Amino acid sequence: MSLPVAPKPALRRFHQARWDEPIIFELSTPGERGVLVTPVEPGVRAAVGDVVGDLPDGLRRSAPPALPELGQMRVLKHYLRLSQENLGADLNVDVGQGTCTMKYAPKVNDQLIATPDLTALHPLQDPDDAQGVLEIIWQTERMLAEISGMDRVSLHTQGGSAAIWANIAMIRAFHEANGEGAQRREVITTIFSHPSNAAAAKAAGYEVITLHPDPDGYPDLAALRAALSPRTAAIMVTNPEDTGIYNPAITEWVDAAHAVGALASYDQANANGILGITRARDAGFDVCHFNIHKTFGTPHGSGGPGTGANAVSEALAPFLPGPRVEREGDRFVVREAGERSIGSVGPFFGVVPNIVRAYAWIMALGAEGLRAVAETAVLNNNYLMTKVLEIPGASAPYATGRRRIEQVRYSWQELFEETGITSEEIGVRASDFGMHYWTSHHPYVVPQPFTLEPTESYSMAELDEYAAVLAEIAREAREEPETVRSAPHRQTVHHTHHDDLDDPERWAITWRAYRRKYFGAGAVGGAGSGDAAADEVAA
Amino acid sequence: MTEPFVHPYIPNTAPETRAAMLAAVGAASVDEFYADVPEALRLGRPLDLPEPLVAEQDLARHVTALLAKNVSTHEKLSFLGAGTYHHYVPAVVDEVIGRSEFLTAYAGEPYEDHGRFQALFQYQSLMAELLAMDVVNVPTYDGFQATATSLSMAGRMTGRRRVLVASDVLPAKLSKVRDYVRVHLDLEFVATVDATADVAAVAARLGDDVAAVWVETPSRTGAVEARLQELADAAHAVGAVLVVGTDPIGYGVLTPPAEQGADIVCGDIQSLGLHQWFGGAHGGFIAVHDDARFVMEMPSRLFGLATTDVPGEFGFGDVAYDRTSFALREEGKEWVGTAAALWGIAAGVYLALMGPQGMRDLGEVLLARTRYAQQALAAIPGVALGDGALHLREFTIDLSDAALTAGSVVAALRAQGIEPGVPLGEHELLVCVTEMTSQRDIDRLVAAVGGLVDRAGLDSGSALVDRRTAGLDTGSALLDRRTTPTSQEQYA
Repeated sequence: MSLPVAPKPALRRFHQARWDEPIIFELSTPGERGVLVTPVEPGVRAAVGDVVGDLPDGLRRSAPPALPELGQMRVLKHYLRLSQENLGADLNVDVGQGTCTMKYAPKVNDQLIATPDLTALHPLQDPDDAQGVLEIIWQTERMLAEISGMDRVSLHTQGGSAAIWANIAMIRAFHEANGEGAQRREVITTIFSHPSNAAAAKAAGYEVITLHPDPDGYPDLAALRAALSPRTAAIMVTNPEDTGIYNPAITEWVDAAHAVGALASYDQANANGILGITRARDAGFDVCHFNIHKTFGTPHGSGGPGTGANAVSEALAPFLPGPRVEREGDRFVVREAGERSIGSVGPFFGVVPNIVRAYAWIMALGAEGLRAVAETAVLNNNYLMTKVLEIPGASAPYATGRRRIEQVRYSWQELFEETGITSEEIGVRASDFGMHYWTSHHPYVVPQPFTLEPTESYSMAELDEYAAVLAEIAREAREEPETVRSAPHRQTVHHTHHDDLDDPERWAITWRAYRRKYFGAGAVGGAGSGDAAADEVAA
Repeated sequence: MTEPFVHPYIPNTAPETRAAMLAAVGAASVDEFYADVPEALRLGRPLDLPEPLVAEQDLARHVTALLAKNVSTHEKLSFLGAGTYHHYVPAVVDEVIGRSEFLTAYAGEPYEDHGRFQALFQYQSLMAELLAMDVVNVPTYDGFQATATSLSMAGRMTGRRRVLVASDVLPAKLSKVRDYVRVHLDLEFVATVDATADVAAVAARLGDDVAAVWVETPSRTGAVEARLQELADAAHAVGAVLVVGTDPIGYGVLTPPAEQGADIVCGDIQSLGLHQWFGGAHGGFIAVHDDARFVMEMPSRLFGLATTDVPGEFGFGDVAYDRTSFALREEGKEWVGTAAALWGIAAGVYLALMGPQGMRDLGEVLLARTRYAQQALAAIPGVALGDGALHLREFTIDLSDAALTAGSVVAALRAQGIEPGVPLGEHELLVCVTEMTSQRDIDRLVAAVGGLVDRAGLDSGSALVDRRTAGLDTGSALLDRRTTPTSQEQYA
């Protein structure tokens, strides 16, 4: 065939990398070294002697740890191959992980934080030697105070759920300080709020009441009023909820909570569509948190580190975690938390590289930019909803005929009833097109759910591509369902059997446990690479 | 707005695209999408934020200049530890965790995120070898959380409330743990002797209402616990769980706690291939034996091996997912969420690079230089070691006889470009030595401290008493003040 090249087909002919790498222990070759350690100087050795030999018998390790032995390039190659077998947000149209705001994390921010001025800074150095980072922490807190409308902010927590924990810990301390700790034993949340609101409240000792929405999917104010009592410590709610529906009665919710002496805690994991539009404080909330890794553009790190920002009213400020960064004249100083603080929620100041990234992200956008983020995220979402609802078998339960904010929890129930193909199966098949797809938190209140959140980061053409993939899989479900059922076909690995994962006798959580359980007590780490039979299954 | 706002991070701010998308959804403006947001809640004004730096080069210049105000441990000679440690980070570690595929991934399934599952399974497995335990979690936030959760696990398993704290604990860590567990557990502090556990005193307070004995090794003062097995035996005799908080960095040479009776081993992985990051790069590990009673109490995700349709292919999946709050909300174990996976991948790469010999060599360097620093500092008249325990990389010196406060030493040495350590008491200084502090560096510290002692006018001929006991008293007083019971009984 000669030029010109034929036009591309409508759908991308994706194939994931398939390096068929062994587990790293199988690559071990005795004697190889990946990195050497600086030696003990002769002068030190002369002064201290054989420190390992001098260890008491009980403290000296008898056999070296069975770590693999590999040359440096082989370690690098192994992990680079694994990285190619992973679909980061930078590579796919990552709108399929609703509730998680998989937006672009700007590369320049990764470069900026890589300076030794930050990586090699110890948190207990002289604050005079940390003025740059302290200023960034202080300034980021202030900017988030303005964005939330709250009075004070802490950036100490390392993820959204950690921030939820800090919220409930502060609420608990507040009620105890008022002598109502024993009385207020209940926390009210909603089924479309993140499960950690319920779980963290339980871990903090509370009984959890979970409210379901009204028939049209709106949070049920009457149900809230029926649940509130002098036993209520707090309501902990997300808004917009994971359905993308904004609670129009949110002020009434907060007022109702306050009327019984409870606090109102706002999970702002879904804030991306309302930045600069409406604020937690304006609805009367006492405490809220942002997921910095969601809304403020820091990378998700394969599952963290994230960063949580806890923002509170003056009444809650004494309970914030420490240490605090404060400004004195033109200097920034570190103060230990006060007596009523919940104390430390983690080491030092939180996930500092993410705090600096968030600062840079906000500074790259400003007020106008943040509003453009929100408006575009919402436009993208309503645009994608239009496209998805054109696919036969897809629906968006609740709030029929109304707009959504930044995401939608859809349903394939009609398609499932017609074809027997589940939402999970569609998700596996989506990976064959280089797309990530997620269903929903549990329980599946919406049947056969999927949750899409386009954020502001993806172009119209990319949203079209994602919708086209879903349309194609829906077509396959009707016309060639085995293609969907037997997926994946173009992935690193094939259909995986999960039967061994729930049985304590059979699960293998580490290589050593796997070797012991399946190859006998004497099995050691490196053996076994020979049984990786070559296979020719077409992908 | 005079010109349309088009931003590189937001492709659909391009005016024609925006108009086309609005037309496609049949909306006149984006305001329509906010119909459910009451007018009274609309901000109605621009946020009051600093003027943005929308050009990337301007942003880079601004942030770089801010960070350049910092003076890092590359420029200052640092003996700081106390939770964040200065260890060497091999280049390959940063290369791997800087990959977009890992850095920007999140919650993909075992198919499209096979690499992430394998990398974290390997992290679990490499840690398991170092710790000689069969089960390690996908990292939680940090060592504080790992410890708080480990104690909570012991409480749930035993149905008991009492926890005997047998070691000296970093105040910040104790603060976190106490607030986290106080609804379910009561912490009781057993004073240490010579910086390590008073085994007899712990045994005397054990009973069938004790959920756990909590040991920290190295402890707040860097002391390595020498009698773990005795503590384990005593705990097990009453059905209590031995929880050992530790730093994995030493287990190329030191006996892992699992071989001395530990049931749950937990701590922080920052030492394993993570930069200091101003204290912002911590991850928590929890390790247990392959025993369902323990495993089923773990809140974190656990990635396990699975077969696929293809022989010779390793698949992965979540082990016992129904433990988690993802599956069961408040009926799960505590909660799980975004934590520290990338740092886990980093620690795995680190251990793969170091191998058994690297971890052994590193352990020897830490022990040797620490011993060297201890000897050299203790040779200064008026300076004594805080205790007689074994130390891996951190230890305290007692400056009482030199008539110097720890704070004054810090202030004076900072002026010479040295961060000599962290004051723990009025005269007690916590000094950290790693492979990054060479013999010359240690000699420089010793000379600087010696110079201060000289200037303090100490008569080098004066009688030096053994300060160990006095130092211990100081430490205990501090500990007692920190551990004043708050409202632990609130929910009893």
